[in-house]
Amino acid sequence: MFERKQFSRAAVVAAIAGLAAIAPAKAEDTVKVGLILPMTGGQASTGKQIENAIKLYMQQKGDTVAGKKVEIILKDDAAIPDKTKTAAQELIVNDKVNFIAGFGVTPAALAAAPLATQAKIPEVVMAAGTSIITERSPYIVRTSFTLAQSSTIIGDWAVKNGIKKVATLTSDYAPGNDALNFFKEHFTAGGGEVVEEVKVPLANPDFAPFLQRMKDAKPDAIFVFVPAGQGGNFMKQYAERGLDKAGIKVIGPGDVTDDDLLNNMGDAVLGTVTAHLYSAAHPSQMNKDFIAAYKKAYNTRPGFMAVGGYDGIHLIYEALKKTNGDTDGTKLIEAMKGQKWESPRGPISIDPETRDIVQNIYIRKVEKVDGELYNVEFATFDAVKDLGKTKK
Amino acid sequence: MFTKVHLLSMTAILTNLFDGVAYGMLLFVLACGLAVTLGLMNFVNLAHGAFAMAGGYVCMVLVNRMGWPFFAALPLAFVSAAAIGIALERTLYRHLYTRSHLDQVLFTIGLTFMSVAAVDYIQGSSRVFINLPAALQGQFDVFGVGIGRYRLMIIVICGLLTIGLQMVLAKTRFGSRLRAAVDDPRAASGLGINVPQVFAFTFAFGCGLAGLGGALSAEILGLDPYFPLKFMIYFLIVVTVGGSSSITGPFLASLLLGIGDVAGKYYVPKMGPFVIYTMMIVILIWRPNGLFGRTAAR
Repeated sequence: MFERKQFSRAAVVAAIAGLAAIAPAKAEDTVKVGLILPMTGGQASTGKQIENAIKLYMQQKGDTVAGKKVEIILKDDAAIPDKTKTAAQELIVNDKVNFIAGFGVTPAALAAAPLATQAKIPEVVMAAGTSIITERSPYIVRTSFTLAQSSTIIGDWAVKNGIKKVATLTSDYAPGNDALNFFKEHFTAGGGEVVEEVKVPLANPDFAPFLQRMKDAKPDAIFVFVPAGQGGNFMKQYAERGLDKAGIKVIGPGDVTDDDLLNNMGDAVLGTVTAHLYSAAHPSQMNKDFIAAYKKAYNTRPGFMAVGGYDGIHLIYEALKKTNGDTDGTKLIEAMKGQKWESPRGPISIDPETRDIVQNIYIRKVEKVDGELYNVEFATFDAVKDLGKTKK
Repeated sequence: MFTKVHLLSMTAILTNLFDGVAYGMLLFVLACGLAVTLGLMNFVNLAHGAFAMAGGYVCMVLVNRMGWPFFAALPLAFVSAAAIGIALERTLYRHLYTRSHLDQVLFTIGLTFMSVAAVDYIQGSSRVFINLPAALQGQFDVFGVGIGRYRLMIIVICGLLTIGLQMVLAKTRFGSRLRAAVDDPRAASGLGINVPQVFAFTFAFGCGLAGLGGALSAEILGLDPYFPLKFMIYFLIVVTVGGSSSITGPFLASLLLGIGDVAGKYYVPKMGPFVIYTMMIVILIWRPNGLFGRTAAR
């Protein structure tokens, strides 16, 4: 049943793409991007944001670059790695795509890695955030973030700003463990103490007992990582348990206060301090234009996942420009290395060594601006590389 | 590193007990309909969670989109799930009463998948919340024990329902008809009891309870299109551990599992998610027919 739905969606997207081109381009004039995203299931908000951002980018910049027409083929993997792999295989073998892109969660990005290596085509990771991903194939490039980037910085910041005792609550899978380990390393190196460490199951229905344990441990703050989408539920129960009134602050990478959901979290979230790559309140003209266009098109606020998608498709366009439309995968990935541009999140670049993103990390506090909740940036760490690579 | 002392304080124990009872009560309301169909009517209905989800979504649409007060929407969650239940019972389920358990499992699991896809299509796949009145939010302290208002409401509603249910089954004419119809359908119909009607009504009532449970659980368990699949295991655990021959069995099983789950996550967070399964295995080794199961007499 799910399979059928995916196919029909892909068929619809393909049909729309076909209709849009009234004079259908010849095969060799088309560049195909296989987009694999979770459009159903718990991570669907990630998929939706990235799809929206890519559509928006292509509306703004046109669908032709370096004389080639860009065609997007969307497949839903529901964030299940087996399905990711099947989808990637179909896209590469049957559709003969020139890029695979998307990947809502780390296991999905890893599942596709060997296929990218074999087929020698670039895999553009637009969401998943574990450090090891780019090491799994020389064809992987990332436009989202790594958890090491934000977690190390919030660890340094916390210890310098009067937070001495921290309890941690992280989702028990690779990105959660990355976030926890990098935070702990930097926080304790600065003299902080982790008094309580709880890993919650990824598909966790109820945070209550874990939060009660946090409350009874009486730390200065809780360090939280839950995947984008679960933040709303976490903050709700945090407030219900009265942890905000007990003076226990929330700190962490910015996933917990994702712009996508932030405005519905209620006032308990006020004062939460996070380190992250993107805030919808980022005060640049480019971001203001991006927000305005996105809101106009989709009537909702974009979050950091949307920005990852927007920059991902930009990188694909730029690589094609640089190769003059040559779709050789090895040339494309070479063209992507060292690219630098201005994104809605601020200045970013692709590290030529690791193919991972280099970006500013901002420290933000949740405040009310014009009656809406926003992550307001108040400190910037420039050009942060990923610190989590195993090969040093 | 772990500060053990405060965790064993009286207030911590009581807070956990309170949360556990609330969680258990919720499990009971969600699962007791299944105990009735499985235990009394001997029908394996794996689509039970779909009725809970239907109730939850009805409540969400009424409260969030149409501005109904939460307490007015709760009865509607019950009624709508019961109505769907009765419609499906009359059109589909009753043809399967005499079929093998495998047929019943295949049919109801198919129904579950259809409900997941349908809700996903209509409402989208992201998790929904029901807007609660301010009176139900937050906690208040009773001698240092944090009492969540919403959880307190769950305990009150579910407690009253349980008492009511037990009374109906034990004391009323309908209750005795139902028990008669279950024990020996042929003799019961010979005595003039309309057995199919009794079953249909019971089935609908169980679905209604699930619908109410679904509406209540949106806040705590989370409501999304995958609800019937995610919690199917929990319902089955309640019924297997409790035994399916009475209401008391699943009730006590729910409380035990609720408290065990909450306490397990609190005291041994590393093991937290496994506690509920460990308890099930231990209990079933000890009593293979569940805590209050009938021995293989049937």
